[in-house]
Amino acid sequence: MFRFLLKRLFVALLVALAVSSISFSLAYLSGDPAIAIAGAGGSAKDAELVRQLYGFDRPIIVQYTDWIGQALQGNLGTSYYFSMPVSQIIAERIPVTLVLGSVSFIVALLLALPLGIMAALKPNGVLDRIALLIAVSGQAVPSFWLGLILIVVFGVWWNLLPISGADSWQGFVLPVVVLSYYALPTLMRLMRASMIDVLQANYVRTARSKGLGMTTVILRHGLRNAILPLVSVAAVQLGILLSGSIVIESVFALNGLGRLAWESLLRSDLPVVQGIILILSLVYVLLTTLADLINAWLDPRIREA
Amino acid sequence: MLTKRTLLSTLVGATLACATLAPLPALASKAEDTLNVAFSSEPEALDTYKIAGREGLILSRHIYDGLLYKDLDTGEFKPALAESWAFTDPMTIEFKLRQGVKFHNGADFSADDVLTTLNTVVKPDYGTRYQISVDWIDRVEKIDAYTVRIHMAKPFAGAVEMLADALPIYPHEYFAANGSAGMSATPVGTGPYQLVEQTPGVRYVLERFEQHYAGSPKGQPAIGRIVARTIPEMNTQYAELMSGQLDWIWRIPPDQASKLERRVNIVNAPIMRIAYVNFARAANEGGYAISDVRVRQAIIHAVNREQIAKVFGGAASEVLNSACNPAQFGCEQDVTRYDYNPDKARALLQEAGLADGFELDMTFAAMPRPVAEAVAADLAKVGIRVNLNENQYAAAVQKWREGSVPALFSNWGSYGIGDVVFIQSNFFGGGADDQIADADIAALLQVADTSNDREVRKANYSQALKKIADRAYWMPMYNFNINYGLADDLNFQPHPDEFARWWLASWK
Repeated sequence: MFRFLLKRLFVALLVALAVSSISFSLAYLSGDPAIAIAGAGGSAKDAELVRQLYGFDRPIIVQYTDWIGQALQGNLGTSYYFSMPVSQIIAERIPVTLVLGSVSFIVALLLALPLGIMAALKPNGVLDRIALLIAVSGQAVPSFWLGLILIVVFGVWWNLLPISGADSWQGFVLPVVVLSYYALPTLMRLMRASMIDVLQANYVRTARSKGLGMTTVILRHGLRNAILPLVSVAAVQLGILLSGSIVIESVFALNGLGRLAWESLLRSDLPVVQGIILILSLVYVLLTTLADLINAWLDPRIREA
Repeated sequence: MLTKRTLLSTLVGATLACATLAPLPALASKAEDTLNVAFSSEPEALDTYKIAGREGLILSRHIYDGLLYKDLDTGEFKPALAESWAFTDPMTIEFKLRQGVKFHNGADFSADDVLTTLNTVVKPDYGTRYQISVDWIDRVEKIDAYTVRIHMAKPFAGAVEMLADALPIYPHEYFAANGSAGMSATPVGTGPYQLVEQTPGVRYVLERFEQHYAGSPKGQPAIGRIVARTIPEMNTQYAELMSGQLDWIWRIPPDQASKLERRVNIVNAPIMRIAYVNFARAANEGGYAISDVRVRQAIIHAVNREQIAKVFGGAASEVLNSACNPAQFGCEQDVTRYDYNPDKARALLQEAGLADGFELDMTFAAMPRPVAEAVAADLAKVGIRVNLNENQYAAAVQKWREGSVPALFSNWGSYGIGDVVFIQSNFFGGGADDQIADADIAALLQVADTSNDREVRKANYSQALKKIADRAYWMPMYNFNINYGLADDLNFQPHPDEFARWWLASWK
C-alpha cells in the first residue's frame, strides 16, 4: 500500500508541474499582457514601461523558471491588479469557494445516494421515474437561468434570502441549491446503474437467500461494491465544484476562486491566474489520488493491479 | 423503508429550513444614510497612479484630492489643494497651497506632500500606469511650506487638465514609509470620504470625512456612508435595485434599460467615449484597396451610422463626423460630412476600379458583435465583403501596432478628459497607435499639443481634423452614453467624464 501511495504521489506531482507549465504559456496566448495591463487607453509607451517593469521582455522560459522557483518556496508573486501578494488574495477568496463547493457536494451526495439506491430497487418504477426526471432536468436547466429564477422568487418577490454576497450563511443557500442540483444527476445516475449491477450479483442473491433483510443487504453488501465507481467520479465532481463555478459565483456575486480566475484572465493578471491554476491542479491531483487510495482500500484487488 | 424515510425527512427538513427563514428587511438606504452602489467589474488597488479601471478611479476621487479641480458644468478650473496657480514662464507653474487641510490620518497638508507625491510618481520605476499623465513633469521644487513649482519636462497643453483631480496628493510621511502597496491597502487622502473598510475588488466602505477642508470645490457631501460592492451579473444588480438593496448601478445596456424603465428610475447621459473605425497604414502606403481615398469615402457613405447609433447606441448617442467627441475642447465640427448614401458609395467604388467590390479584414475589440455585424452588413450591400475578426482588446491593439490590421473597430474614452489632445495625438500624432502616419497632421498636432495659446491650439486641431475627414482616415461612429439605474429617493447627476460624483448626491 505504501509503495502504491508513493508511486501515485510522484505521478500527481508530475501532473501538477505539467499543468502549471502549460497554463503558464497558454496565458500568453490571449494577447500581449503588457498591453492588457496598460489598459484600454494605455499608449504604446505605457505598455513598454509595463513590459520592462514586469519583466515580460525576458524569454518565456526564464519567466517560467523564475516563477516556479518562487512558487516552490511558497511565493506566488504579486497581483498586478490588486498590488497584493497572490497568496493573500487566494487565501481571502478560497474559503467562499471551499464552503460553496463542499456544502454543494455534500448536499448533492446526500440526495444522490438514497435517490440512486431507491431508483435501482425498482427500475422503471415510480421512484425511478421521479429520479430520472430530476436527473434530466438537472442536466438540461442551465445553472445561470435557475440561479436567476431563484433570485427573482426568493430575493425579489418573497424577500426571503440574500441575492448576492457571502456576508451571512443565508447567502449560500441559493447558490448551494443551484450547484448541488447541477452536480446531482451524474452522481445519482451512476449510483443507480452501479447498484442495479450489484443487486444482480451472485453474492447479493446468496445474502438474500440466507434470509437477510433488504436494508441490511443493501447497506452491508451492496453499497460497499456499488460505491467504487462513484468514488472516482465524485472526486472529479468535487474538484469541479471546488474549482469554483464561475457562473454561480458571478450570478450570486460570491467572491470565490472561480470568478477571480476568470476575471484575472481577462485582465491578464498573470500571477493570480498562474497561482490559481497551480493550486487547483494540485487540488484535482490530490482528490483523484485520494479517490484511488479509497478505492484501493475498499477493493484489495486494485492495490495489486 | 429506512432509505425512503431518510430521503423524505431530508426533503421536508430542507423545505422547512427555507420556510422558517425570516424575511430579510430591505436595506433602507436613505434611513441609514448609506448609499449602496454596485459595479460589474472589480475595482483595482486604490493607488490612483497605478490604475486604469474606472471603478477604482471613481473610488479614488472620493478619497483623494488634486491640486486643482475642473467644474464640468462650467468647464472652469477651480482651486482645490492649491489656492492659486500661475505660469511663471511657459515651462514652470507655481502653486500657492491651501493651509489648514487635514489628511484622513490627521497629518497636515503642506508643500512636502506635493513634492514627495509628484517627484515619486514621475520616476519610471514607480510604474505610473498612464505615462501621459506624468511624463510632462520634470520635477517639483519647494519654495516654502505652502508654495511649490512644477518644472515641466516638455510643453504640454493638457497639464492643467491633468492637475485637476487626476494627480492626487498623498501624505508624504505615510507614502514614503508605506509606498504604493500601503496606499492601496489603506489609502489616505484629503478627499470628502475616507475608506474605512475594504475587501479588495469586492467591497468598499467609505465614510464622510468630517474634517474635509472648508472651501473644497467638491463641497461637503450630503450622504454619510457609501458601500460599493462588485456584482458581476447585471441581472442580479437589477434584482437588488428593484428590491431596494441597491441605490445606484450603471452601464445598463440600452435594451435592458428600456425594459427596466417601468420599474426603476433610469437616467441616460452621454459620455466622452466614442466608437470609431480606424484605417491602417495601408490607407497611406498604396497597394491596398483602402489606399484609395475614394474607397475609404465609399465605406463611410455605405454605413448607415444614423441607424446604427439609434439602434445600438441608445437615446443620447449621436453620429459623429469629426475624429473626436464634440464635448472636447478643440473638436472642430465643420468638417467634410459623409451622409448615408449607398449609391454614392457604389459610384465611388466604380470610379476607383472596384465595381465588383473587394474583401476587407476588419478587427473589432471592446465593441458588441451585433454592432460590428451591422457595419459589415451595410458594407456588403455595396459589394464590400467584410471578414470580421473579434479580438480581446489587448490582442487587437497588439496587432494594430504591428500593422497587421487594415481596419480596427473599437472605442476610445480620452481618459474622460474634455480636450482633443487626449484623442488626436494618440491616433494621429506619430506614436505607435498612429498607423496612418500623415506627417502634415502630426506636425499640426505637435504645435497644438504644446502651445499654451488656446487660439493657436484650436486652429491647428481644426486643420488636422478637417484633413482627417477629407482624407477619410477615420470613420467616426457615435458617442457612447451610459444608463444609470437609481433608487427613487436618490438625487444623482451624471457627468460625461464617467466619474460618478457621489459627493454631490443627496436623498430626496
